[in-house]
Amino acid sequence: MKKFSVKTIVAIGIGAALFFVLGRFVAIPSPVPNTSISVQYGLLAFLSVVYGPVAGALIGFIGHALIDFSYGWGVWWSWVIASAVFGLLMGFAAKLLKMDEAEMGKKGLIKFNISQVVSHVICWGVVAPVLDILIYSEPLDKLFAQGLVAGVSNAVTTAIVGSLLCVAYAATKTKAGSLTKE
Amino acid sequence: MINLFNYIDRPSPIHRLTGACKLVCLIAWSVAAMTSFYTPLLIFLTVASLVLFRVAKLKVKDISFMLGIMVVYIVMNNVLIFLFSPEHGTSIYGTRTVLFRIAGPYVVTAEQLFYHLNVILKNACTIPIVLLFVCTTNPSEFAASLNRIGVSYRISYAVALALRYIPDIQREYRDISLAQQARGTEMSKKASLVNRLKAASSILIPLILSSLDRIETISNAMELRGFGKGKNRTWYSGRKFSKMDILCMVVCLVLVILSLTLTYLNGGRYFNPFI
Repeated sequence: MKKFSVKTIVAIGIGAALFFVLGRFVAIPSPVPNTSISVQYGLLAFLSVVYGPVAGALIGFIGHALIDFSYGWGVWWSWVIASAVFGLLMGFAAKLLKMDEAEMGKKGLIKFNISQVVSHVICWGVVAPVLDILIYSEPLDKLFAQGLVAGVSNAVTTAIVGSLLCVAYAATKTKAGSLTKE
Repeated sequence: MINLFNYIDRPSPIHRLTGACKLVCLIAWSVAAMTSFYTPLLIFLTVASLVLFRVAKLKVKDISFMLGIMVVYIVMNNVLIFLFSPEHGTSIYGTRTVLFRIAGPYVVTAEQLFYHLNVILKNACTIPIVLLFVCTTNPSEFAASLNRIGVSYRISYAVALALRYIPDIQREYRDISLAQQARGTEMSKKASLVNRLKAASSILIPLILSSLDRIETISNAMELRGFGKGKNRTWYSGRKFSKMDILCMVVCLVLVILSLTLTYLNGGRYFNPFI
């Protein structure tokens, strides 16, 4: 197994803690049951871009599992895994599209938002419902309706929160070639 | 907010089991319940989980809040299933026994009711076990348990870090939120959804950027202390397995095998009383 750097481990730990706090205390209920508008996916997308796919997947997995544990309503593995897949996909997308978190211009934001929408569609439109069918064998249309609501609301919040985060983060970084010779 | 995970310290046989053992049992139990639709097994698991609940000396009042959420969840879920496909049971069990009609496509069939019973049982047999795990396992033992069952210690340590920093981040979240509210950010129900999202971001950005600094500090501190040099590490709250632990794990693994065998012998996942 590939060794993680210490920084990745800490990023996973703190990231999962952030994911947990946002998911547990900042959830805004949506009209469809068992699904809430969750701000934490914006954070997850951002952290996956910064720390890579493995960190993203583990942040999603640990954070989501902890949320489920703390509510005590049982762990919905299908949705926990979907969160992990979202982190993974975002991390890969960032590598593939060569997103540079230190320089998030218009181009970077467009790349970021396209990949987050695609990742959300895959996670909530395919991964979560398919796992739910395998595990609970619930009716298809109900699962896809739930997935749709979750996916759309997550994509919207990710677009707002994630983009804002990327821009704010890029502003704190020193740009390449920012020094000028006098 | 220290007791976020509702750990209840009370002497009972379940509390004495090691965290690793309870984690193995939890996973095995969930797998057994998830794979099976064999109704007698599900009934058995539900009854057994309620018995275990008594053994752990948990009281209904300890978990009334979670119980409330759970009941709402189960009811909503079933209503939704019925609304979307009232004939789902018919398509699974292959027969159609109409009990009575409501309106339009909404016909109550015995098969549908039986399917709902199965869904409820599937929830009912796992939820008490998760609650049991959460209420009887000390969170600080959790990471040690993960390492014990074979998860790499680096990942276990990440979980430990998450558990360690949740209260800190929560406190920081509250501080920033209060500071922003003092500056006039409206977070309550009075604001519209979009405004609430914007308000949330005005808290998130400082929170996350300061957390990134925190990541830097902690990883430097860990690196200085040589984290990740050795092949394994020891845990302050790690414990050795006792005989009771091994017995419990064997019982839970037997449950998994039982669930799989029943599915195999039954020739499908569904226990079908209609044929």
